[in-house]
Amino acid sequence: MTEDPLAVSTTPTASRNGAATDVVLAVDDLTVGFPSDDGLVQAVRGVSYELRGGEVLGIVGESGSGKSVTSLAVMGLLPGNAQVSGSVRFRGKELLGARESELNSVRGRSVAMIFQDPMTSLNPVYSIGYQIAEAVRAHHNVSKAAALDRATELLELVRIPNPRQRLENYPHEMSGGMRQRVVIAIAMANNPDVIIADEPTTALDVTVQAQIMDSLQLAQQETGAAMVLITHDLGVIAGQADRVMVMYAGKLVEVGTAEDVFYTPRMPYTVGLLGSLPRLDRPSERLTPIEGAPPSVVNMPPGCPFTPRCPLAVAVCEEIEPELAPTTGPGHLAACHRSEELVGASAGDVFDTDVVDTEALAHFVRENEGQS
Amino acid sequence: MREVAPTPETTPVPAPAAGQASVEREFTVAERSQAQLVLRRFLQHRAAMISLVVLIMVVLLAYVGGLLWHYQAGDITPDNSQPPSLDHPFGTDAVGKDQFAEVLRGTRISLQVAVSVAVFATVVGTIWGSLAGFFGGRTDSLLMRLADLILTLPLIAVAAMLAHNFGGTWYLIAVVIAVLYAPYVSRVSRGVVLSLREKEYIEAARALGATNTRIIVRHLVPNALGSILVNLTILVALAILLETALSYLGFGVQTPDTSLGLLVSQAQTALTTRPWLFYFPGLFIIVIALTINFIGDGLRDALDPQQRKVRQ
Amino acid sequence: MHESGSSAAGSEPILSARNLVKHFPIRSTGLIRRQVGTVHAVCDVSFDLGHGETLGLVGESGCGKSTTARLVLNLIEATSGEVLYEGTDLTALSPKKMRELRQDLQIVFQDPYASLDPRMPVNEIVAEPLRIHGRYDRGGRTAVQDLLRTVGLKPEHGNRFPHEFSGGQRQRIGVARALALRPKVLVLDEPVSALDVSIQAGVLNLLDELQAELGLSYLFVSHDLSVVRHIADRIAVMYLGRIVETGTASELFEGPAHPYTQALISAIPLPDPRKQRARERITVVGDVPSPADPPSGCRFRTRCPKFAAELSDAERSRCVDEVPELVDRGQGHPAACHYAERKTLI
Repeated sequence: MTEDPLAVSTTPTASRNGAATDVVLAVDDLTVGFPSDDGLVQAVRGVSYELRGGEVLGIVGESGSGKSVTSLAVMGLLPGNAQVSGSVRFRGKELLGARESELNSVRGRSVAMIFQDPMTSLNPVYSIGYQIAEAVRAHHNVSKAAALDRATELLELVRIPNPRQRLENYPHEMSGGMRQRVVIAIAMANNPDVIIADEPTTALDVTVQAQIMDSLQLAQQETGAAMVLITHDLGVIAGQADRVMVMYAGKLVEVGTAEDVFYTPRMPYTVGLLGSLPRLDRPSERLTPIEGAPPSVVNMPPGCPFTPRCPLAVAVCEEIEPELAPTTGPGHLAACHRSEELVGASAGDVFDTDVVDTEALAHFVRENEGQS
Repeated sequence: MREVAPTPETTPVPAPAAGQASVEREFTVAERSQAQLVLRRFLQHRAAMISLVVLIMVVLLAYVGGLLWHYQAGDITPDNSQPPSLDHPFGTDAVGKDQFAEVLRGTRISLQVAVSVAVFATVVGTIWGSLAGFFGGRTDSLLMRLADLILTLPLIAVAAMLAHNFGGTWYLIAVVIAVLYAPYVSRVSRGVVLSLREKEYIEAARALGATNTRIIVRHLVPNALGSILVNLTILVALAILLETALSYLGFGVQTPDTSLGLLVSQAQTALTTRPWLFYFPGLFIIVIALTINFIGDGLRDALDPQQRKVRQ
Repeated sequence: MHESGSSAAGSEPILSARNLVKHFPIRSTGLIRRQVGTVHAVCDVSFDLGHGETLGLVGESGCGKSTTARLVLNLIEATSGEVLYEGTDLTALSPKKMRELRQDLQIVFQDPYASLDPRMPVNEIVAEPLRIHGRYDRGGRTAVQDLLRTVGLKPEHGNRFPHEFSGGQRQRIGVARALALRPKVLVLDEPVSALDVSIQAGVLNLLDELQAELGLSYLFVSHDLSVVRHIADRIAVMYLGRIVETGTASELFEGPAHPYTQALISAIPLPDPRKQRARERITVVGDVPSPADPPSGCRFRTRCPKFAAELSDAERSRCVDEVPELVDRGQGHPAACHYAERKTLI
C-alpha cells in the first residue's frame, strides 16, 4: 500500500469534454461522526478523492453508505453536532474549519449544490425570477434588469418553455421536474467550477428524470464545471460518470473509470450490486441478491464491513479492514483482501441466488393441505 | 462458486445457509421493544422525571400524610390566625383550622376532580372522535358540528352556571368540567384516527378480510393510545386549573367540602393580614399543574416516532 | 374487449378486469362540500390474468396503476366496470362474502415501514390473517414459523417488532403475511421500490420462487420498467388512467409501438456505460397533465414526440378528437396509438 491511495491515480483520466486535468477539489481522509444514544454513528470513515476540472465523478452507494454526508461535509452543511475531521481543499484552499464568510464566498459561486428535493433550495415566498437574479447578483455586481435577463437565459438553457413568463412564478406553482430545473439554473448562475448533485432525480418520474439528467449534463458542459454526481442509480452513473466511486458503510470500497467499475469490478460488493440489477436490455435471468442488509455504522466490529454479507469472506476479513489498493490499472482501486480472485468471475459465480427455504415452504404447504 | 475457491492459507467463514443471511450481525444495536424504547426515552427526559418524583411526593403527602398528621381537616384548634410554625407548618386561619391539614384535603379533592375529569372526558371524547374519524361522511359532520357547538360556548360562564345549579359536591363539578372538555378530546382523537386510518397497515388489515371491529380494537386503539395518554395527562392539569377557577369564583366545590381553589378563594380577603392562607394552596396548584405538564411533555417526546431516527 | 396477444393465459383467466372506471370527486372545502371536479383516475381498464402468470402494470406516478390494483381487490369501490375472479363479479359481492374471498386474493404493499402495524410483534402480524379467518387454532403456530423460515427469517425473531428489522426483512414479513392464507392471486403494489437494489433482488427472487412453488398468479404494479421486465410474463403500460400498450415482455421491450412506451424505455438508463452512451433516445417534454382535466382524444398527445414532430395537421386532429383504441394495428400486439409504429430501442 502506498501512503496515499490516490497518489497512484494521477494518470490523466480522459474527461469527456477534454478539459484541463487540474485538481479543483481535493478531499483527504474525510471522517464524519454523529453522536447518538447508542454510540458514535460513523457516517463517513476516511474518504479521500480528487476531482479534476471538467470531470464527472459518480458516487454510488445504498442508503446509509455515507455518500450524501460526504458531500454535505464538503459544503460545510452538516448540523452542529457532527464531528468532522480530515481536509477538504478547493483549489488549494482549506474549507474544513473555514469561517462562515469564507465558505459563503465559495458556496454557491465556485461550488454549487443540487439537492434531491428542490424545495430545500428554493424559497417558497419569492418568485423564481427573483431567486435566480439574487443568485446572480450575490456574486456579481450587475443591475436588476441585467440579472433578470441572465435569469431568462438560464431558464432557456435548462429548457423551461416561455422563460420570460415563468420568471413570475412561485415554486409551488411549478411541478417537481420544473423546480429541479430552476435549481439547476441557479446552480449555473455563477459559472461554478464544481457542481455537486445529490440524488438530483430520485424523487421524479422516469421520463422527467431523463429530462433533468439532460439539463444537468448541459449545465455541466455549458459551465465547464466538474461534477460530483451522487446517486443510488447505477444506470445514471453509467450514462454520465467518467470516474466512479462505490461507497459502503462510510468508506470507499472501489474507485475507477466507469468502464473499470462496470466491466471489471474487483470488490464483491460492486459485483453483487451489478448482479442484483434487473436489466431492461435482456430477458430475465437470475438476479444475485446480496443477503442481509448494510451494517449499522454504530458500534462497528473490526474488519471489512461487508464481511457478514460477503460469500468470499475468510478469517482475515473479520480482523483487518482492507485498504484501497490498485487492481487492473493504477486508477482502478478496490478495498478487498480477495479482489484478485474476482478476475473473470460473474456475479452468479460469487453469489448465491436461492432465497426460499424450500423445506419450510413444503412443510407449510403440507400442513396447510392437511387442514383443508 | 466455481472460480473463486478459497485459497489454501485462508479458512472460509462458514457460509450462511441460503435465505438466512447472518441476521445476527445485522443487529449491532441491542434489541429493544417499542415499550422499552419509550420507557428509556422517558427516563432520559430530565424535567419529566423530576416532575414525576415531585408529583408522587405530593400525592403521597396528600393521601398518606393527611392520615399521619396530628390535625384532621376541619378540626378547630385553639390557635387562630397563627403564621406558619412548627406545630402548624402552613399556619392557621381565623377560626383556628390547621392549614396544613386543610391544604392536604384540598389537594386530595382537587386531584380527584382532575383525574375523574381526565378519565371521563378522555373516554367519552375518544369514543366520540374515533367514531367520527373512522366512519367519516355524515357521522363525522354531525358529531363534529356538535363538538364545535360546545367548544364555542364560553367555558367558564357555562361551567359556572351548570355548577351553580347542580354543583356543590366534588363529583358533580367533575362531571360538569368533563362534559365541557370531552369535545376538545374528541377533536384530538378524531385527528389521530384520521391519520391512522390512512396508514397502510390499516388497509392491509382490510385486505386480509378484517372486520371494522377488529381493525378498531387491534390496530386503531393500540396505535392511538400513546397520543390519548399524553392528552389525558394534560387534561389533568387543565382540569385542576379550571376547578380552581370555578371554586375561586364561588361556583365550584362548596363547603363543607374543600379544594385548593376554594382555599385560595377563602383566603383572598386575608391576603394582606394572613398571606400564608393564600400562598400555600396557591403553591400546591402551581406545583401540581406544572409537574403534570412536564410529565405530559416527557410522554409526548418519548412516544414521538420522529425520534426513532438512529441512522442518518 | 381486446384479447392479449399472448397465450400465457391459455385457459380461462383466474382474474379479469372489465372496463374498470374510477372517478374521485374533488370537493370544495366548507360546510356543504359541493363537488367541484372529478379526478379521472382509471378509465376503461380491462385485462386478464392467467393461472400462474405475472402481469406487470407499469406507469409513472398518477397513472392510476395503484388505484387499479385496489379496484381489483375491491378495496375501493369502482365507479363502473367489473372484476371477475373465477367467474364471480367481486364488485357485486356483499361485504361478508368479499371478506371470505379475500383468502384467495392478497396484496403486498409498497412501503414496508407503513404496512406493518408498529405495535404488533412479527409473529402476530403473520398470524393475523389466520386469526381473522379462524384458522389459527389449527396449526397456526407452526404455520407462522414455517412462513417466517420460508421468507428467510428466523422464527426466533418472531417476538421482535417491525422497527427492529431492515427494509428488506420487513418486506419479507409482508410477503409472509400475504402467503399465510395460501392465496391464488397476489397483487404486488410496488413491492420493491422502497428498497435498496441489493435488497430488491432478494425480494424479487423470493417472489419468483414462490410463484414457481405455489403456482401463484401475480399482478405486479411498478413504475420500474427494469423490474417489470425481469418478473412479468405480460405487461400493460398505463398513462393517465388508460392502458396504452400491452403485450408479452419481449414484444413490448423489443418492439414498443406506442410513443409513450418508447419514451419510457428510453428514459431508463442502462447500467452499462458503452451501451448507455450509444443508445438512441426518445425524450418527451413537460410533465404529466392533471388527471382532473385530461387532454381530449389521445391523452398522451400533449407530450408526444411523434405528435410534435412527425405528424401533419390533418393527422394531429385525429389525435385530438378521437380516443385511440387499444388494438393491434399490425405491430403484433395492441397499442392505443392511431399511428403506432414499432421501434427498436435496446
